[in-house]
Amino acid sequence: MSLWNKHAIFEKNSIILLIGVLIVISIGGLVEIMPLFYMKNTIEKVEGVRPYTPLELAGRDIYVREGCYLCHSQMIRALGDEVERYGHYSLAAESMYDHPFQWGSKRNGPDLARVGAKYSDEWHRQHLADPRSVVSASIMPGYPWLARNELDVKHLSDNLRVQQIEGVPYTAEQVENAAIDARAQASEDHPGAKAFGKRYPTAVARNYGGQPGRVTEADALIAYLQMLGTSVDFKIYDEKANIR
Amino acid sequence: MTQTDKHADIDSHTGMHTTGHEWDGIKELNTPLPRWWVNILYATIVWAFFYCIAYPAIPLIQSFTPGVLGWSSRQGVNDDLAKLRERRAPIVAALSKASLQEIEQNPQLRTFAIAQGKAAFGDNCAPCHGAGGGGSKGYPNLNDDDWLWGGSLDQIAATINHGARSDDDQTHAGMMPAFGRDGMLKPKEISDVADYVRSLSGLTQPAGVDLKAGAKIFADNCASCHGEKGQGNLELGAPNLTDAIWLYGSDKDVIVDGLKNGRGGVMPAWAGRLDATTIKALTVYVHTLGGGR
Ligand code: HEC
Ligand code: HEC
Ligand code: HEC
Repeated sequence: MSLWNKHAIFEKNSIILLIGVLIVISIGGLVEIMPLFYMKNTIEKVEGVRPYTPLELAGRDIYVREGCYLCHSQMIRALGDEVERYGHYSLAAESMYDHPFQWGSKRNGPDLARVGAKYSDEWHRQHLADPRSVVSASIMPGYPWLARNELDVKHLSDNLRVQQIEGVPYTAEQVENAAIDARAQASEDHPGAKAFGKRYPTAVARNYGGQPGRVTEADALIAYLQMLGTSVDFKIYDEKANIR
Repeated sequence: MTQTDKHADIDSHTGMHTTGHEWDGIKELNTPLPRWWVNILYATIVWAFFYCIAYPAIPLIQSFTPGVLGWSSRQGVNDDLAKLRERRAPIVAALSKASLQEIEQNPQLRTFAIAQGKAAFGDNCAPCHGAGGGGSKGYPNLNDDDWLWGGSLDQIAATINHGARSDDDQTHAGMMPAFGRDGMLKPKEISDVADYVRSLSGLTQPAGVDLKAGAKIFADNCASCHGEKGQGNLELGAPNLTDAIWLYGSDKDVIVDGLKNGRGGVMPAWAGRLDATTIKALTVYVHTLGGGR
């Protein structure tokens, strides 16, 4: 029998076929996936990317809960048209603290990777409560309950702890003070503002939700939206060093 | 099933080889795949081989084989954008050198600026100012000749670059104070001055309204920003209250709400986000929408 006829053994014996299939798939996986974990040039370090503050993290959870990712991507691809419309293409490092990432794959609405600072908080408040009040042709659903629901900060410390397990470098102090920090970031002059500023030097504290004395889910979601894509300063980002 | 040497066995009807498999006297013809199909398969294998040589492909310890063409997706987008820039270069150079006034007067530059401005307006400004710049409550109409911060090319450029009440250092600043919430005016006074403000643009008043009291309160509290006659002040972004064009609305409730809680619409700054040429184009576009001065 020539070598070409050896395949008969796979066709006649299902266990051997199964083992053969597993071996072939693992080779594919090893070659395609494994290198991403160790190759230096897939893991770029970029100045400015920081872990989410507790308020932003809570906002992110609301983003996931409400299914915003079903209509919005957060991934500006390295294509001319996208860069022209949305700004610099997304860097891997920009979602290094996303567990799981929110790249998405569907764009009923625009990409949100760089929506931070594009609109005012007031616009976001109106748009989330009733999108058609500002964009008359919008097909986005309204989320009016976000401004009504008090933000639940009870489990924020646990939330940070889980992120810690996944590799986000939160300090013990940040974990412990998560609930206070969330309130401090959503208020104008909170007694905890100074400590918050120390723990998250580049984060911005203000009354995102616009309701004096209340911290709502809208505060958290808007804080999250307003920081999306703003952490890297592309004026100092070295384009040439990161060509790949 | 019995197996015979397939090469020896030829089906007498078709003259083709059989596979050598036989079930109860029925033999299976060894019909080969169509030649064209097999050739495409081989061609893709050869293609893959050269592709791996030409493009980034095989992972190694530190890096991957870069491919002899030296292509990368990031370099790709940079090249695409560079090409685009090159194609636009002459007109962009002319656009960035020309003063806003010169652009207005040069038909070619003007057409280009308006086309580019219109596209950028749709992506960035329409969600607040409306698709045609028509505005809505709190977001000014850019089609009319009523301006908060001024409708000359330079004034429009300043507003777009630095925004209003944004986080930019040179932003237009200053708010309409919260007269009610901060206890500067009593509810009765607010009601009176609101009636007076409505009278300024000729809105009809219900009987028994005391415009004199309102006028006094206006002169004491409001004229410093809105002007003696309520004609507005572009330096402070204080709207003209006499022209029957309303940013927030002419209903008494709306005016009273503004007097109680203050007003301060936020327009983001675009200087860091959009490049200088795009902002120039936007300026010209907004200027031509109808109300440019
Ligand atoms: C049914 C699909 C759909 C869902 C779900 C959805 N959106 Fe949208 N979104 C849109 C569309 C369409 C637009 C564009 C029109 C507009 O601005 O309203 C949009 C626009 C936006 C914008 C403005 C983007 C820009 O650059 O102009 C933001 C911010 C946004 N959505 C946030 C959210 C958030 C947060 C959620 C979840 C709470 C969400 N969206 C859920 C469809 C959706
Ligand atoms: C987040 C919503 C928002 C976006 C986005 C926005 N604007 Fe504005 N814009 C405003 C508000 C609010 C004002 C009025 C500020 C005030 O009340 O003083 C304004 C004012 C202006 C003015 C001054 C109008 C006047 O009467 O003086 C111009 C010009 C203008 N915007 C142009 C633009 C352009 C061009 C863009 C896009 C690059 C843009 N805006 C994007 C909200 C926005
Ligand atoms: C410190 C300056 C300042 C003072 C004082 C002031 N205003 Fe204003 N006012 C503004 C500004 C600025 C705006 C525009 C706010 C915006 O763009 O969001 C405004 C807006 C308004 C509007 C809304 C106009 C519209 O088109 O919807 C009304 C009405 C008004 N002011 C009435 C008054 C009255 C009445 C007083 C006195 C009791 C007063 N203002 C005092 C600065 C001032």
